[in-house]
Amino acid sequence: MNIRDPAPPFELPATDGTSHGLDESPTAIVFTCNHCPYALAWHDRLLAVARDYDGRARVLLINPNDSERYPRDSAEAMRERVEADGGWPAPYLRDESQDVAHKFGAKTTPDVFVVDGEGRLAYRGAPDSDYEDPSQDAAWLRGALDAVLAGRSPDPAKTDPVGCSVKWRE
Amino acid sequence: MWWEGCPSTARAHELLREALAGEGLDPDGVELVQIETEGDAQRERFVGSPTIRIGHVEVAPVTDEPVGLSCRVYRLRDGSVSPTPDPADIREAIREAIS
Repeated sequence: MNIRDPAPPFELPATDGTSHGLDESPTAIVFTCNHCPYALAWHDRLLAVARDYDGRARVLLINPNDSERYPRDSAEAMRERVEADGGWPAPYLRDESQDVAHKFGAKTTPDVFVVDGEGRLAYRGAPDSDYEDPSQDAAWLRGALDAVLAGRSPDPAKTDPVGCSVKWRE
Repeated sequence: MWWEGCPSTARAHELLREALAGEGLDPDGVELVQIETEGDAQRERFVGSPTIRIGHVEVAPVTDEPVGLSCRVYRLRDGSVSPTPDPADIREAIREAIS
């Protein structure tokens, strides 16, 4: 997917049994997982974004990893993780078929896609420039959401995603 | 030992070389072993990339991590999660190995 391309529609189940997809709201779609150290290092920053933009933009966390080879990414393991945390401010969705990850061209966990209110891709890449530095505070993701909420194009609109490779089915 | 699905190999190698040099040892004395298949992982008891062993001893103790092709999760001394070991753990392992 290129910047300004229409985002593919989808509907996926969350750990709480609800179903989520794109709507008219600006949305950050984050492909992530349970066991990747990069995804874990950025996790709290991503949840903070979901809290801080609540009511203005949505954050959807999607786990696309093959749970047969990586049972720690199963729907059950996802549900247990969210429940152990007492709930998350963003739904954690299971992409069992990996279709959504394929359609977006997700490469890593995490891999961030920001879709504007018109359903077009506005940003793709990493949450910020350094997984090791919490003070970065998902600055690229926040900047992208601020831009689309203001009707502007994000700058940068594209960065290199950093993380573990998506675990595709063999 | 490293697996190509994780981008942390270069950083781990750099940390190990720095630690070796800091202890007065040859930073070139590192053997890089690529883990390519699940069979390789099983044979080497590889619980994720990068795995650093000094004298066959793990720099970070293996807890409940399953053997397989994945990226290893390290807990740094400040409690944060990282794809690479804490430099202090690497130095400590080197000192133990040469003592």
